[in-house]
Amino acid sequence: MSKDYTYAVARIRGRENYLLSGPAMEQLAASKSYDEALHFLADKGWGDPDERLTAENLLAAEEKKTWELIGELEEDLSAFDVFHIADDYHNLKAAIKLAYTGASVEAGRLFVTGGTIDPQVISRAIQEKDYSLLPDIMAEKAAEAYDTLLHTGDGQLCDVLLDRASLEATYAAGKRADNEVLREYAVLTVVAADIKIAVRCGQVGKPLDFILRALAPCEELNVEALAHAALGGTESVAEYLSGTDYAPAAEALKESPAAFERWCDNLIIRHMKPQKSNPFTIGPLAAYILARENEIKCARMVLSGKLNGLPDEIIRERLREMYV
Amino acid sequence: MENLGLVLALSGAAMAALLAGIGSAIGVGMGGRAAAGAVTEKPELFSKVLILQLLPGTQGIYGLLVAFVALSRIGVLGGTAPSFETGLAYFVACLPIAIVGLFSAIHQGKTSVASIGLVTKKPDQFGKAMLLPAMVETYAILALLISILAIFNL
Repeated sequence: MSKDYTYAVARIRGRENYLLSGPAMEQLAASKSYDEALHFLADKGWGDPDERLTAENLLAAEEKKTWELIGELEEDLSAFDVFHIADDYHNLKAAIKLAYTGASVEAGRLFVTGGTIDPQVISRAIQEKDYSLLPDIMAEKAAEAYDTLLHTGDGQLCDVLLDRASLEATYAAGKRADNEVLREYAVLTVVAADIKIAVRCGQVGKPLDFILRALAPCEELNVEALAHAALGGTESVAEYLSGTDYAPAAEALKESPAAFERWCDNLIIRHMKPQKSNPFTIGPLAAYILARENEIKCARMVLSGKLNGLPDEIIRERLREMYV
Repeated sequence: MENLGLVLALSGAAMAALLAGIGSAIGVGMGGRAAAGAVTEKPELFSKVLILQLLPGTQGIYGLLVAFVALSRIGVLGGTAPSFETGLAYFVACLPIAIVGLFSAIHQGKTSVASIGLVTKKPDQFGKAMLLPAMVETYAILALLISILAIFNL
């Protein structure tokens, strides 16, 4: 019998009212200064009143609030692993580099929280080369990446291996998920990442075998064709995409890298919007998490833009579509 | 075998009360879970979501009504024990509210849940939100009418 999310979704409906809408985000972007933007968010209930009002504190508090709420609604957070796999692989990369260089860096500065595996466990697995501490697939990739780094000293190659492993794990987690939203998220994440990789490789003139090694296979894109297109540069990638389900990405790519990044995020949010009228499944919870992450990302961009004195137009063109 | 008519009629009455009651319990249960979620976030919505939660409860009452009327005519609470043919007729007469009551209450419960979501996001839309699950009630009322008309004309 499938799990009942009626109570959880009703609570999410109540919380959706407090998500920042498009006009609210525009208002934030129109703040005259960094401090005004911070106070705008604080007035909307963002942050922890007991902490000093800074962008880091404010955004960290919001991320914490999101996961505290989801933790109240769903005891088994493994359903949302698909959102955290990238954090695990980021920590794995950091642990491997740390072990390779022998540097002594405070763990909090290297590792991100929120992954499914304790960063200390990842670090110990790498330091002691005891890969059995890691899940099977991750253990295999960790051993391969660390050995590659030890033999070649090529940090970029190590990153490429682990980035691809992260995307493959995300894609596999999406395939295993029993909810459409989680499956769509995984697919869109991998497709967007593959396109970005192809564009970047094309821009810096990477050879075909490197591109093929970096691209994560997925059913939605022909990675061989994408890799060959990457050799011809951004125009060629855009031309390849125009013949796929992701044709609108081609226009965004031609516009600018920032426009493409925005297109990717907007696509995910658009795919999540039908969840606003779904009262029974885990879908609205997943959509709420992504909506929160999206608004936190936008708020971070605005705050960072204001802090660095960027013109409003540049900040605005980076704003994403909001869920509400 | 001489009481087969009574057994059939009693089975019909039991089905009406049971199935419609089960449907209502499921529907009200669903509504209750959604209402609890809504009230957790917005306690001021309690009276509104309570009404929405209770809407699927009517099918159980209709089932009880039909069962009561049937019992009062077949020699249990009044009337006389029916023959086999009449007992079978009572059984069939009870089926509309039993079956429609079961399914309509479940679907009304689902619609109530959706309406509770609507009220949670837009409390000023309560009137419209209440009408949506009330539409499902139409079919339970039609089934109730047929069951009652059939029983009274036996």
